Amino acid sequence: MIRFSLNGAPVVVEAPPTERLSETLRERLGKVGTKVGCDAGDCGACTVLLDGAAVCACLTPALRVDGRVVTTVEGETPELTRLRAAFHAHGAAQCGICTPGMLLTAAELLARTPQPSAAEVETGLGGVLCRCTGYRSIIAAVVAAGQGELPSAAEGGVGVSVRRLDGAAKVAGDSFGADDWPEGALVVKAVRSPHPHAAFAIVDLAAFRARPGVAAVFTAADIPGRNAFSVIPPFADQPAIAASPARFRGECVALVAFEPDAEPDLSGFPITWTPLPVLSTPEEAEAGEPLHPNRPGNLLIEGRVVKGDAAAALARSAHVVEGTMTTAFVEHAYIEPEAGSAWMEGEMLAIRACTQAPGMDREDTAAILGLPLDRVRIIPSAVGGGFGSKLDISLQPLIGLVTLKTGRPSRMTYSRHESMTSTTKRHPAEMRGRIGCDADGRIMGMEFEGRFNTGAYSSWGPTVANRVPVHVSGPYFTPAIAARARAIHTHGPVSGAFRGFGVPQGALWQETMFDRLADKAGIDRLEFRLRNALCDGDASATGQVLQATGIHPCLVALKPHWTRALADAKGQGGRGVGVASCWYGCGNTALPNPSTIRIGLSPEGEVVLHQGATDIGQGSNTVIAQIAAEAVGLPLSAFWLIGPDTALTPDAGKTSASRQTYVTGRAAKAAAEGLRAEILRRANAGEGAVLSLEGASVLVRDRGMTARIDLAALPADAHGHALSAEASYDPPTSKLDENGQGAPYAVYGYGAQMVELEVDRALGTVRLLKITAAHDVGRAINPMLVQGQIEGGIAQGIGMALMEEYLPGRTENLHDYLIPTFGDVPPIESLIIEVPDPEGPFGAKGLGEHVLIPTAPAILNAIRHATGAEITRIPALPHRVLEALR
Amino acid sequence: MHMNSAPSVRDYARPGTLAAATELLAQGGWRVLAGGTDLYPGAGPGLPGRVLDLTGLPELSGIMEGRGLRIGAATTWAAIAGTKLPPAARALQQAARQVGGQQVQNAGTIGGNLCNASPAADGVPPLLALEAEVELVSAAGVRRLLLAEFLLGPRRTALRPGEILAAVLIPEAALCGGSAFVKLGARSHLVISIAMVAARVVLEGGRVTGAAIAVGSCSPVAVRLPTVEAALVGASVAGAEGRVTAAEVQAALSPIDDVRATAGYRRAAVVELVRRAVAEAVA
Repeated sequence: MIRFSLNGAPVVVEAPPTERLSETLRERLGKVGTKVGCDAGDCGACTVLLDGAAVCACLTPALRVDGRVVTTVEGETPELTRLRAAFHAHGAAQCGICTPGMLLTAAELLARTPQPSAAEVETGLGGVLCRCTGYRSIIAAVVAAGQGELPSAAEGGVGVSVRRLDGAAKVAGDSFGADDWPEGALVVKAVRSPHPHAAFAIVDLAAFRARPGVAAVFTAADIPGRNAFSVIPPFADQPAIAASPARFRGECVALVAFEPDAEPDLSGFPITWTPLPVLSTPEEAEAGEPLHPNRPGNLLIEGRVVKGDAAAALARSAHVVEGTMTTAFVEHAYIEPEAGSAWMEGEMLAIRACTQAPGMDREDTAAILGLPLDRVRIIPSAVGGGFGSKLDISLQPLIGLVTLKTGRPSRMTYSRHESMTSTTKRHPAEMRGRIGCDADGRIMGMEFEGRFNTGAYSSWGPTVANRVPVHVSGPYFTPAIAARARAIHTHGPVSGAFRGFGVPQGALWQETMFDRLADKAGIDRLEFRLRNALCDGDASATGQVLQATGIHPCLVALKPHWTRALADAKGQGGRGVGVASCWYGCGNTALPNPSTIRIGLSPEGEVVLHQGATDIGQGSNTVIAQIAAEAVGLPLSAFWLIGPDTALTPDAGKTSASRQTYVTGRAAKAAAEGLRAEILRRANAGEGAVLSLEGASVLVRDRGMTARIDLAALPADAHGHALSAEASYDPPTSKLDENGQGAPYAVYGYGAQMVELEVDRALGTVRLLKITAAHDVGRAINPMLVQGQIEGGIAQGIGMALMEEYLPGRTENLHDYLIPTFGDVPPIESLIIEVPDPEGPFGAKGLGEHVLIPTAPAILNAIRHATGAEITRIPALPHRVLEALR
Repeated sequence: MHMNSAPSVRDYARPGTLAAATELLAQGGWRVLAGGTDLYPGAGPGLPGRVLDLTGLPELSGIMEGRGLRIGAATTWAAIAGTKLPPAARALQQAARQVGGQQVQNAGTIGGNLCNASPAADGVPPLLALEAEVELVSAAGVRRLLLAEFLLGPRRTALRPGEILAAVLIPEAALCGGSAFVKLGARSHLVISIAMVAARVVLEGGRVTGAAIAVGSCSPVAVRLPTVEAALVGASVAGAEGRVTAAEVQAALSPIDDVRATAGYRRAAVVELVRRAVAEAVA
């Protein structure tokens, strides 16, 4: 028996003495506010206070807390109360998975140092990783908690920094995929390939099945439906459970469901492996045996954009640069490993899991399990970071299969290693090409060729291959272009979606080439970009005539900072300044991607928003509600959100492609306007009427008259609403022709970032001093959330530029695979630019991916400015920088 | 989940005296646990096998000053960082603040760091520069080894079955001079070093009279650089770092290529790190 004080109350628990305290708290005491991110002390998510000292619960033996005092996020201390309020007010919790660990670590700091400086916060909290915020808002929140100063809570619709509607849950320890499961759920574990390519045989399952505690074993042969999925159905090629051979390290080859009280031990699983030849690089793969018989040369797809005669334009150019850029696999490294649970609701299979795309999960899971769509219900949990990887299904069909076959509830939580090896990555890219300009520095033409390592299965490879040629001109007028991008299969991890779909890689090549071209032309690098920036009425590389182009104002906004920074750096050895831009089309590329939103007034007088856009931390729960509140003309505080849940919310599409604010926002605006029109019609009031809620009535004030609609007196509709409206929106785009010409997106967002840094010439290390980021968001629905996206995107751009490189078999944990920590993200000044797009809701454009794109090239450009070193392979680890210096 | 075959109380012991601990250990079959920061990564829901927890031993905890320093093996990095120690131990305290984050510093122990015997153990270079010895206790008695003799290779030590690393001893003679620790990694916090250097330099009348320099992550076991140390003797404060030559630093090291850096880079960078550590130690 272990006796201790937990959050002020005495607790007695029976647990193995060396059981991880995180396990004891979560599994035996039901305190699931303590999150597990790595089980290795690498991330700090599971931090609790033990006699006031912050420790990783995953590294603490349960018996060690006997007779001592443990505080978790479920507890209340004066420090925690102040910190919770400050985190909420400063937007310091985005997805919320790191928040409990951050809060407790900060509570220890405040107990020791009641009014910490920013530097003290940075050091004190350095043991906790966050992948969403870029840390700056967390530092601000902890400093504010020390000072006892909080910004006042803002109310309002569009344009107001209201606090996240789900923020209170985030600072209390939200319920993620691993945090809720039905009583008696079987524990599901996957057997995974230890080899990148290997044949295997599973024999004598009967003996393993008979082991005590083993409830069921499933292999590919047990899949009742089509054992092939892809986010893009025509490319469906990835098995949920592989039949021999396995095509990448970490691929699932069998499932074991354990009884809830059994030790889930996979050792001795009867499988034999025969390693097969491995194609590691696209170069090897193009010459090797196809992974998929219908894809010769291992070519998944080639995307191309051809406009004008690029070769002739380059021949006519006064200045031409030619160069290459190579990038690595990048891991999403969200702090929440994939997790979820499944159960039957009568004939309906219900799956609650972390996801960015409940609608797609439902379609893929139904197809794999051979179920009609209406027998699968997907309930997204709170999502502890996604960044693209949680668009693809992971454990959904696995726990679905177990529950469907056994009729029993099941649950599964990936280990950090499993999460890193089995889920998607950013595509490594090998890029080369030429760019030319005239004597005045005006771009004449561009040739680009990119080869992208798409890994073993298709995933989002086609999207990357199509997006890159469309965007590789950057937000610059490029009269002639020949760009192609090939996605090549290898026995590497599956490359999928990661914040930008290949565009960040293309921008690295293009923006670093621009600096060389500007120097050749003898033009200031910012001026060179301004001279070429796309303007309204210009045609893009795909021939689309653009409107609401925001790149010019972004670059203009940077100008005073640029002048100041260049002056600051002058004469300071090792100091450099770099700039880079981005543009990014919001929504699917030349494909439909509708969103539908329903909004109702309940008989009790609540505004009920069926909000199907999955909030993975970016803030759609808040932003979509703000748009709806503004459009209907009722206060946000009257709103009640339902969903996402495929049984309760209409499909708002996936949280991807920076589309939710724009696409779902448009649907929400239309639905809210529909509801408002219905209210006005019933009150016989004009457009300018002012609405309010009073109990179960809507009051409609118009030209001095007030009408009252008694909601309780109206018959409830099928959803229980007195009044409701539903609307859909699909971006107006056109297909691309064989030369990639067309209008692939209806809305583009723009941005430019400036990096100031210092290179240690003796060590090749880079210290970032400041980043100034100007982003055109059309209309900032919620400026605090915009700033949060900018800071978080920059942090991931910093990681990509300076430290992140996923090497299968070598960096499969969070201490060998490095992501930025506190101290790696410098102060960030966000300049929010608003060039309203007529297509966006209240003019809003997407933002989520844009913010990552300029960071890495701006860093490389600043390194070159500081030292002359041209980095052509990222990450720019110290040894690569030093090599480039010499 | 509640595990049927999970370890029970008889597989776990947390003795209250060192004598009781060594008696148990003499029976064999125990795995020794201190802070847990190296044992838990890679384990399942709990630790396998029979576990002997050393954190209940008062003899193993805390820092005693007498003739030299005696640091109990189960003293945490946070305690080492938070204790007032002479300038010669400043490098050790700087290292203590860079072993993982606050969470790991609150749990991880100096003895665990040494027994884990990683080539990148942050605690080793500062302790080598302090001429540290380790006190090994078993039911049969007590023996002392120089730290350099205790560390045999990656994950290999001279600890015998039945022995507990009880304390780290720093001789009084080594507690003189100023010191500095310099760690090089690809990010700010939570980083396994590419290379690291601890330097302790003794000055008399503005001249170096003695120096101790140790380098980690550039050889299977962290090592001292005796020729570099000898070259420093007689140098002025301003001239000290200039006496560090690349050839003499590199001769003592055998770095490898790994995910963090190349061997060639380590060879080049470590020279600069030694210079900076020396400059900081004499400042």
